[in-house]
Amino acid sequence: MASLVGSRVERKEDKRFLTGKGRYTADINIANQTYAVFVRSPHARAKIKKVDVSKALKSSGVVGILTGEEIATDKIGGLIAGWAIRSEDGTEMKVPANPPLAKDVANFVGEPIAIVIADTLDEAKSASDLVKIDYKILKAVTNTAKTMSGETIHDGIDKNLCYDWLLGDREKVKEAFSKADKIIKVDLINNRLVPNAMEPRACVVDYNTASEEITLYTTSQNPHLSRLVMSAFGGVAPENKLRVVAPDVGGGFGSKINVYNEEIVCSWASKKIERPIKWVAERTESFLTDTHGRDHVTHAELAVTNDGKFLGFKNETIANLGAYARVFGTVTPTYLFGPCATGVYEIPAAYSNVKAVYTNTAPVDAYRGAGRPEATYTIERLVEKAAMELGIDRTELRMRNFPKTFPFKQTLVHTVDSGDYVAGLEKAKQMADYNNFESRRKESEAKGKLRGIGVSSYFEACGIAPSAAVMSLGCGVGLWESAEVRFNPTGQISVFTGAHSHGQSHQTTFAQIAADELGVPIENIDVVHGDTDKGTFGMGTYGSRSLTVGGIAIVNACKKIVAKGKRVAAKMLEVSEDEIEFKDGEFVALKSNKKKTIGEIAFACYVPGQRDEMKSPIPEGDEPGLIESSFFDPANFSFPAGSHICEVEIDPETGEVKVEKYTAVDDFGRIVNPMIVEGQVHGGIAQGIGQALHENTEYDETGQLITASYMDYTMPRADNFPEFNLGFTCTHATSNPLGVKGCGEAGAIASPPTVMNAVIDALGGQEISMPATAEKVWKACKNLKKSNSKAA
Amino acid sequence: MKTFNYHVAKDSKEASKLSSSNSAFLAGGMTSIPSLKLGLATYKDIIDIKHIKKLSGIKVSNKTVTIGATTKHAEVASSKEVQKAIPSLAKLAGGIGDAQVRNRGTVGGSIANNDPSACYPSACMALNAIIHTNERKIEASKFFKGMFETALKKGELIESVEFQIPEKSNYQKHPNPASRYAIVGVYLAKHKKEVNVAITGAKASVYVDKDISKALSNNFSISAINNMKINSSEMNSDIHASGEYRGSLVLTYTKKAIEAC
Repeated sequence: MASLVGSRVERKEDKRFLTGKGRYTADINIANQTYAVFVRSPHARAKIKKVDVSKALKSSGVVGILTGEEIATDKIGGLIAGWAIRSEDGTEMKVPANPPLAKDVANFVGEPIAIVIADTLDEAKSASDLVKIDYKILKAVTNTAKTMSGETIHDGIDKNLCYDWLLGDREKVKEAFSKADKIIKVDLINNRLVPNAMEPRACVVDYNTASEEITLYTTSQNPHLSRLVMSAFGGVAPENKLRVVAPDVGGGFGSKINVYNEEIVCSWASKKIERPIKWVAERTESFLTDTHGRDHVTHAELAVTNDGKFLGFKNETIANLGAYARVFGTVTPTYLFGPCATGVYEIPAAYSNVKAVYTNTAPVDAYRGAGRPEATYTIERLVEKAAMELGIDRTELRMRNFPKTFPFKQTLVHTVDSGDYVAGLEKAKQMADYNNFESRRKESEAKGKLRGIGVSSYFEACGIAPSAAVMSLGCGVGLWESAEVRFNPTGQISVFTGAHSHGQSHQTTFAQIAADELGVPIENIDVVHGDTDKGTFGMGTYGSRSLTVGGIAIVNACKKIVAKGKRVAAKMLEVSEDEIEFKDGEFVALKSNKKKTIGEIAFACYVPGQRDEMKSPIPEGDEPGLIESSFFDPANFSFPAGSHICEVEIDPETGEVKVEKYTAVDDFGRIVNPMIVEGQVHGGIAQGIGQALHENTEYDETGQLITASYMDYTMPRADNFPEFNLGFTCTHATSNPLGVKGCGEAGAIASPPTVMNAVIDALGGQEISMPATAEKVWKACKNLKKSNSKAA
Repeated sequence: MKTFNYHVAKDSKEASKLSSSNSAFLAGGMTSIPSLKLGLATYKDIIDIKHIKKLSGIKVSNKTVTIGATTKHAEVASSKEVQKAIPSLAKLAGGIGDAQVRNRGTVGGSIANNDPSACYPSACMALNAIIHTNERKIEASKFFKGMFETALKKGELIESVEFQIPEKSNYQKHPNPASRYAIVGVYLAKHKKEVNVAITGAKASVYVDKDISKALSNNFSISAINNMKINSSEMNSDIHASGEYRGSLVLTYTKKAIEAC
């Protein structure tokens, strides 16, 4: 039987998605359901003096209105930060309380203050207009770089500083820098992004008055984790009385990791009013209240010798957490950022210093890549600038500093198990026709255009593991994953995973893996996820972990099935177990060549007997049934890597940047489904080009979000992209039996510096910040003209 | 969205009769419906005019192209007759919004709304359009009064727009990267006796740049405007483009339009 792993199996999900039959949270309706609308703060920072709901309560159709007072009385817990980070001086991070409904003070525009529940959505909306809130408006703090000198937002959190974190050795770095021929410096802004999942957040809560069980349908990347947090920290219900279902979810990119205010409040309120509640975010609410991404201000330096050897690296970064610290908010700019900031290079000395600050803006959390795009942007801008200043070809400079042997002990934390960075960059150069770039540049110049080329080489650390290591760094939970493989008596198989698919195609990829392990047709396998009443437990999907952690749990559970199958087959075929070989779905007794298919074994496990003969197929010590589970905790992260090359053409008259060519060569280890992986890379590159050229989240000084709709927030569209030219190299991961590495975030990690390096190359080395909008580029083109005419 | 009374008018007369101080006509609804949903506008009565057959359609004569008020952008863009008579007008219509918007949005709705960055008003100005209403004819130069303001009176309904066929014309748009409205749109039309360069997106309302138009009327070439200085002091300035940048784009895209003619 041909292996399914490695082949372009069509997505099992597509039929329902493409025919409009996906079942999303907003598609779910429950008899007698009510509708919720949240009253939100219109101010970025204000004291809440009084909330008057008396008039609103009299409005037609209103079922109830609940505020921060009631939620405090009921002792419902607030939202949490998932990682505890310690400052360089040993003190613990400072975290403010984050109640689900703000009671005394509102800290960002859009923060919920009250929930209005009515029979219809229109009635809830009309009533919400009648809730009167008396505010005392305070001065907002919004500017990332200046936050520490602004007014203190949260009582007791001096300078608005959550932590001042250091990874690395300042002394060693100082010494390395003292030996350098040249110090390359950059000042960078990693622009804030709104995740913009296609499906806005939503929840539907059904409280069963008989069983006292709450069922929460929600847009989550990790339903089990949501249940744990809502139960353990929110106190909404004990875990056995709380079922969380994340059905089809239309994209997350990190923004649906968090348990949000609305889910907690609706769950709590549904129990109070004893009726189901539905809430669906409008797009403006998504802009205002989904966790945002990035928002770093960084100064970084690279110490180099004249012949291009890297000696030392350091970065000083201010990371904006927004108003509150959320699940991955505090780890994103630290352990997901710092260790990757030295990139794919041997740099003997390094440190990464990050100050995380609170501002009166939406909370910032993981967004596709989470920390690693910021790290890669930092080091790859430095390396490109170093190449320019040293007069060494950018690819040659990179290759000189790549590690040549693996495992590679990276400067700050990681031991990278496998890779071949030289091969990746060589392949990318060849695919991008790098060596003939200058002739293309001349062609563009003949048309009055500027052309630039940019490279970035990256590695990333994903599939965070093992649990003991991540918990030692402050994570509140372990990051293993579980799977259960359940045979039915008639031979179909349900594979339960704790990972969650919201665009990643797990139903296909995981079925391919299980089909290979069990030797059954892929049609016989259903992958089940997203329901705490179905799967055992799970940590969910983010950080490119599903395959490298969750996929391996499936492999291991399948191996247990096969092991039991061997024992049963041995008994049925009346041979010893070591005489049985399992191949292509059949258990074969080697000497006699008698066989049992895995389907026959499953049937025998569930129907263990026969007429007229008192004989069980179940060996002594085994039990009937064919169900196995596995919890997999990898020994290490997985470390995908690669090199991307971009060419841009600029019209100096308008400043418009056109991405002409984009080449990506990635090493994701063994690839399960090349089509799906290519889709992941396409999406990631598109998001990265979006960050580099288009997307920006802008707050004004009073904390109003100016880019709160698609009229002002530039979401890239298909016509902003060229055809992506993708290639792969392959070194197997050693930390898992499939040899796979994560692929979900790589595109978004590698592409912003690749594009920006190309733009800056076209602009003669002028620094320009992301996004490189037409006007910024136009101004830089004018400067270039001026300096050229001076030079002439 | 607040509730409102929805009426379907069978002809212009009825539509006009139904209108009040708190009503709006609904054609494609590409601006009015989002405004209603966002609570930016509320009306007691919405009068749907898109079922009035007389208001839709394209007529081309030797000298003019007349487009019914409720004719959709997609119909104008794909009309062989418009493509032949005024290709730039078909191109303009084909560049508005996206396919969904073009399949619902109408020329009458666009000019009645007079969004400062809408495309159609520039075509009206450059092509010496006459706006036919149920009451009178209004020249384009007297129709667009200011930001979202027109000469239309309460209850007055646009029935069609009559564009003059030029010798040559071209429309160039620098789209807002987010909304794809015009940051600057330049409609250049060379008529027998004059050249009109109408600009949208740059200021509070569409306008004809008299200096550029005059220079090109005298000498229809890039060299005629090469050293021209654009006064950008009255130009819009926002997060997408400063006034200075818009000023530069006016000249840049006028040159591109000349080249394309």
